[in-house]
Amino acid sequence: MSDALSTVEVHLTVNGSDRSAVVDVRRTLVEMLREDLALTGTHVGCEHGVCGSCTVLIDGASARSCLTLAARVDGSTIVTIEGLGDGDQLGALQQACVERHSFQCGFCTPGILIVATELLVDNPNPSEAEVREAISGNLCRCTGYDSIVAGILHAGSNSAEREIDREIHR
Amino acid sequence: MKGAAFTLTVPRSIDEAIACLTEAGGDARLLAGGQSLMPSIAMRRVSPAALVDLSRVAGLAGISADLDGIAIGAMTRQRVVERDPQVIDRVRLLAMATPYIAHVTVRNQGTIGGSIAHADPTAELPTVALATNAVMLIRGPDGARSVTAGDFFGGPQNTALAADELLVDVRFPTDPPGSRCAFVEFGRRLGDVAVVGVAVMIIADAEGTITEARIAISSVAPTPIRVAAAEHLLVGHLPSQALIDASADLAARDLDPPTDLNGSGAYRRRLTRVLVGRALAEASFRVSR
Repeated sequence: MSDALSTVEVHLTVNGSDRSAVVDVRRTLVEMLREDLALTGTHVGCEHGVCGSCTVLIDGASARSCLTLAARVDGSTIVTIEGLGDGDQLGALQQACVERHSFQCGFCTPGILIVATELLVDNPNPSEAEVREAISGNLCRCTGYDSIVAGILHAGSNSAEREIDREIHR
Repeated sequence: MKGAAFTLTVPRSIDEAIACLTEAGGDARLLAGGQSLMPSIAMRRVSPAALVDLSRVAGLAGISADLDGIAIGAMTRQRVVERDPQVIDRVRLLAMATPYIAHVTVRNQGTIGGSIAHADPTAELPTVALATNAVMLIRGPDGARSVTAGDFFGGPQNTALAADELLVDVRFPTDPPGSRCAFVEFGRRLGDVAVVGVAVMIIADAEGTITEARIAISSVAPTPIRVAAAEHLLVGHLPSQALIDASADLAARDLDPPTDLNGSGAYRRRLTRVLVGRALAEASFRVSR
């Protein structure tokens, strides 16, 4: 018979580093990232899976970290916005978005860049419609999306595939 | 908001998962992909004392095929289902409808069994299960049993599953010879909840005469529904626009759909007529694959 747990020790590989924390079982992944691991690049907005700002990659697939219990992803590999650049140098997707002035306030940025990363790994030169579909689950209240779409398309047209692949597998 | 406190159990086998449910005596909820349950917990619509995490249960995820059809383990992610070559080849409606579920990020985590057991009447997978005559394989303390989609759904979050039972897999029959399908849905934005969704399968003989028709509709009743009168009207005839229009009228005529922020009951009834007509036309007149 399995035990009913109230706390659990969670081990993750986050942006290439081994990280762990002992957390309450109801701690969500975004809470663990922000509060236990001090990775505050991932934003938490609605806390019920609507806004998309907390999106991270779990084993290469995008997920809403506010809907993900940290305890469930023990042993997983996580990529957050902090993993897209190296701290000094922006990643290719980030650079492309800067060049297209994609973002204003920055609240939605971590989630959108993560779903765009997932898209570009799968489809290195997406069409505008494919970009719009990919970010359809992420709310931005500033830009009207056009500049975000332009930035992601710019990353695609730069053939950023290799760069992005490197970022994910680093 | 943060959900109320709960304990978490992580069973490794189906028997262990059932034992967890039995022990909790109705206070536990099964956690599959978490794309519906976790928001409900966050908003404190539900506050279960215990969650049983199904992600580490052996044998609950995966797709297997035999001559009759495809069995999809309850914990198989929706994103895996929509990209599976066997599903695309043999259960066309499932492959057509799954991409309409929310967004890729949700389908990466959401499971086929979670959606079907959640029994949201606006959801795509219960509607497809009804149109394809899918069969749910259920396990409980007393062993296994099978329930057809037509007998499975009782209302929102209400199914044939007892509190100590677990959905193990969903079996979809291979598309019958001579069958054609279509799935259409209208939502306010890409990925939003369906205001109305329609899944259609038409089976015709070598001459093109319709021998069986199935029309399943989401979002117009407490469960997805089939519309028998509209289906029967098609049988024995060659498809024509007049026949399709008559069937679509009949499909919508007796509905009393709910009114909510996404649309009034009257609007949903009108939309049903339009979408059933579109789905039947698409299934009837599209060039055979």
